[in-house]
Amino acid sequence: MFRESIEFSIKAAEELNDTLNAFLQIDRKGALQRADELEGSTRGELAGLAVAVKDNICVKGLQTSCGSKILGAYHPPYNATVIERLQNAGAVIIGKTNCDEFAMGSSNENSAFGPVRNPWDTSKVPGGSSGGSAAAVAAGIVPVALGSDTGGSVRQPASLCGVLGLKPTYGRNSRYGLVAFASSLDQVGIFARKTEDVARVLTVIAGRDKHDATTADVPVPDYQKGLNGDLKGVRIGFPNALFGKGLDVEVSAAVKQAVQVYQELGAEIVEVDLPHASYAIAVYYIIATAEASSNLARFDGVRYGFRAEDAAELRQMYRKTREEGFGPEVKRRIMLGTYVLSAGYYDAYYRKAQQVRTLIKNDFINAFKVCDAIITPTAPTPAFPIGEKVDDPLAMYLNDIYTVTANLAGVPGLSVPCGLSTERLPIGFQLLGPYWSEPILLKLANEYERVRPFTDRPKVNADRN
Amino acid sequence: MPISENDIAKVAQLAHLELPDEELKIFVPQITEIVSYVEQLKELDTRNVEPALGGLTPEGERTESSRPDEVIACLGQRTALAEAPAAAEGHFRVPKVLT
Repeated sequence: MFRESIEFSIKAAEELNDTLNAFLQIDRKGALQRADELEGSTRGELAGLAVAVKDNICVKGLQTSCGSKILGAYHPPYNATVIERLQNAGAVIIGKTNCDEFAMGSSNENSAFGPVRNPWDTSKVPGGSSGGSAAAVAAGIVPVALGSDTGGSVRQPASLCGVLGLKPTYGRNSRYGLVAFASSLDQVGIFARKTEDVARVLTVIAGRDKHDATTADVPVPDYQKGLNGDLKGVRIGFPNALFGKGLDVEVSAAVKQAVQVYQELGAEIVEVDLPHASYAIAVYYIIATAEASSNLARFDGVRYGFRAEDAAELRQMYRKTREEGFGPEVKRRIMLGTYVLSAGYYDAYYRKAQQVRTLIKNDFINAFKVCDAIITPTAPTPAFPIGEKVDDPLAMYLNDIYTVTANLAGVPGLSVPCGLSTERLPIGFQLLGPYWSEPILLKLANEYERVRPFTDRPKVNADRN
Repeated sequence: MPISENDIAKVAQLAHLELPDEELKIFVPQITEIVSYVEQLKELDTRNVEPALGGLTPEGERTESSRPDEVIACLGQRTALAEAPAAAEGHFRVPKVLT
């Protein structure tokens, strides 16, 4: 019985990969063997669940390329903690998904192995950076996938592909075995088509890990309990100022419609203000690039991955390896990060950004005094054409306008599909909550799913589920 | 502040990137545009604001992360060298350090 469902996912992944390019590696042999081992053994909470994993999360025995030539077919000698926990619960990893190089991008066009295509329209991007995971879930290849979210890299592709995408509270999930991009912002996130699946996977992977000092010692509830129940007395914050300039009219209308649905379900809608939200992109692209320039210093051609040939001496080997191994966006961010941290600029950029980060964090603390969750769009537009923004990095960064604040403040965020545009492209809304409020976000998503189930299926579809 | 090709070349050197001229020419206007965008933070008065030390929660900050100072098993030489582009005699081999 497990074998059949795993075989289905593998076959779908294989058959659709020419069209979607969602997978960088499909582990047919390993996954089927694992399914067979599970038959008759003690069944875990996730026994037989097929899961796809973004290629920046280490799975022992499989490659971890991070979508980069510099790691190539690196085989990590250990499992990420989230993978260890998934496998102990009986989940089966069927493969590694394509992503923007080192999770840097909002369209998946920065992968060294070619862009992922959106299952709703293959001329459009799936979003990024976890685009392969989002596309795999949207196309019905797997019910669940893992991604990482540093500035929206789970929520934005979830929105563009019409699936759920959760970025938990900072410190909820272990980052051990997640290749570091910006350590104070990174969190492992979950994609699924049903809220219940997000909840049961989070219950398994969340919690303190001695290998990651930034995981918090906060008890992990059973997130499946409490998914149902009425919303009377729940206060949802509506930040009117975020529904203005730059927001697509169809997205705006769809999200406001969702607000209406919540009102009908008994929730109270309250106006909130996040006065520093408009500065979030500027803060993010200082802090994230600064941390990246430091984290990516380790890729030097000595211990693993690619090494450039014909270097006469050590420093030249470092420089050639990094020049040839990294793609343009990664280099751009390393350069920006090095620039903002360099002598004479530190106070003007990095320190200033950390101060404004405090203001953004305080905006949320104040807003959550009067509400239990905040609703916003997840992305300013539905999926855009492949190639449209590749030459304009700043325009690409502005895609993250609604998502980066959660990473800067450390609060959880969940993207929920809520309709299609006239071009039949998915639209999502985002729920943000106080620290550790995943139960309320999941309940809100589940209630929405109950009354407004998202039943449309993309053109490219594995045709089951 | 205008950013010159020289500035970017210097940053590339600090970041251990050997940028060819054509890449340098693409990066200069792009980085200039991004830096001038982030300059908007200067509008904000932050004289009395503490910088955020990461996105840490109060619960995260209270979490005790020290561990006993005990020897535990590690990867081992063979595993640690298994992915190295050049390994020899139980070591990572690199090009000449002194020239």
